[in-house]
Amino acid sequence: MHRYTWRTGTVEVLLIGAALLTLVPIVGLVNVAFKAPSNLSTALDFAGPYTLDNFATAWVDGMLGAALINSALITSISVALLVVFGSMVSYLISRRTAGWSKGAYTLFLAGLVIPGQLSLLPLYQTMVDVRLVGTLPGIILVNVGAGLPFTVFLFTTFLRDLPRDYEEAAMIDGAGPVRAFTTVVFPLLRPIVGTVVILNAIAIWNSFFVPLLYLAGTGLETVPVRLYGFVGQYTSNWPVIFAGLIITILPVLVVFFFLQRSVMQGFSGGVKG
Amino acid sequence: MTRPRRRRPLQQRVPLWFGIPAAAVFVFIIIVPSVQGIALSFTDWNGITDDFGFVGFENFIRIFRDPRAIAALQNTLVLALTVTVVQNLIGLLLALGVNGRVRSRHILRVVFFTPVVLTPLVAGYIWGYLLSPRGTVNQALEAIGLGFLKQTWLGDPRFALACVCVAIIWQFAGYSMVIYLAGLQAIPVEINEAAVLDGAGPVRRLISVTLPLINGAIVINLLLTLIGSLGQFDQVMAMTGGGPGNATQTISTSIFRIGFASGDYPYGIALAVVMTIFVAGAAAIQYRLTSRKVDF
Repeated sequence: MHRYTWRTGTVEVLLIGAALLTLVPIVGLVNVAFKAPSNLSTALDFAGPYTLDNFATAWVDGMLGAALINSALITSISVALLVVFGSMVSYLISRRTAGWSKGAYTLFLAGLVIPGQLSLLPLYQTMVDVRLVGTLPGIILVNVGAGLPFTVFLFTTFLRDLPRDYEEAAMIDGAGPVRAFTTVVFPLLRPIVGTVVILNAIAIWNSFFVPLLYLAGTGLETVPVRLYGFVGQYTSNWPVIFAGLIITILPVLVVFFFLQRSVMQGFSGGVKG
Repeated sequence: MTRPRRRRPLQQRVPLWFGIPAAAVFVFIIIVPSVQGIALSFTDWNGITDDFGFVGFENFIRIFRDPRAIAALQNTLVLALTVTVVQNLIGLLLALGVNGRVRSRHILRVVFFTPVVLTPLVAGYIWGYLLSPRGTVNQALEAIGLGFLKQTWLGDPRFALACVCVAIIWQFAGYSMVIYLAGLQAIPVEINEAAVLDGAGPVRRLISVTLPLINGAIVINLLLTLIGSLGQFDQVMAMTGGGPGNATQTISTSIFRIGFASGDYPYGIALAVVMTIFVAGAAAIQYRLTSRKVDF
């Protein structure tokens, strides 16, 4: 049953072939990004000359430094608020048994299947009216709203299975519900907080449609929005464009390679519920 | 000693204000504008003034008389169904492969999953380059003597939508894979061993044992892929911008074009309502399917 047979060997060879095929676009991306302007060879041709200039050009002309700071700021604040707001409301939903609690949960779950496109235009008008378009609080508010349904789903499923003994002990010892939550319950949420952070951070960092609407043309453009403008400007200068793309995805890739197991578990475990 | 006074069960004392921040944001960002969206799709609102009239189903009738909107609906359905079927087949095969005894399974999982974390816009640009007239795909075809198959892939209405599908599947097959893998790893080893003892071959075991036991993963994967690809925007914008002509225009890119570029708000919102109906339909089918759970 556990021997390495010729059949396993065939599967392994096929899988490695598929893996190489999967990597071709990424290898091409990296290879092109380092090519000097005089180097007209193709994406899978590794003859020189190579240069680092494309990265400098992309960084300076693309104003990617500012965009990276914007993205980091928007992502981290949005994710922090999602963790705080999401865990609090889920604690309430999971511990109260009244009918409204189930109703509220159902409404949050409905948010999972309501496409953002439906609320897009009316919300945009409202945000124009309250002057939040093109501002940091505006985009963060939209990110938090969009991320809440899945966040509440993850926290509530986890909290429902969490033993109540610890928080009860804390309350019998005289802790109020707020203290019991901050000192006892929240620390127990650590594994699911990890999942919530990873999934929301990747989704928000990579999102394009919403920041394109709310931030295009302002000084707050996130990396994907900046790239979109940048590509329009450099339509056929692929080495510079690709250098810009690499700068964009590098932070996410670094996080992924350090936390592979948790990231993959987050993506697969998040939907098991 | 006095007896402690009777109180409500301890957990029932979680204060209501714990729910206020999340509820406020959720109502403001999702619920109110979604309801407004449905209501406004029956009006002639111009997006600025408050005086607008009720026009019944006129916006929806316009959709079905507008060749561009019909093209967008068709493209979205074709793209969503193609991506859902192909991505899930590939994801399932990859999961079965890396769940086995192959030695490189851990590194293979990482490789197959890597595209998932990339920015979809970036994935779109990479494929836009690979599929450009002098791009890698055409050069590879030439190199292996199949130069006559060279195409202007993204400039040709016959191939453009399929090319967008390829880019999406390349990026997200690894996502389907990890969900199938989680399902496969939850199957107790004894069940497969019992099937082997009963003389079932690999194909028979896959159909009669494995697939029924990962029913949950299959349904969730199909739903996630379907909902995700019905809203497809990023890769299309990066690869074709909706062209050539309207060959890769999707509902999302049309909403963007109509709603923001031409300011025809109610019409854009009516398209979003149609999309919501598609998504709700997919979710309803999923709900029906999950109620037939397989247990062991």
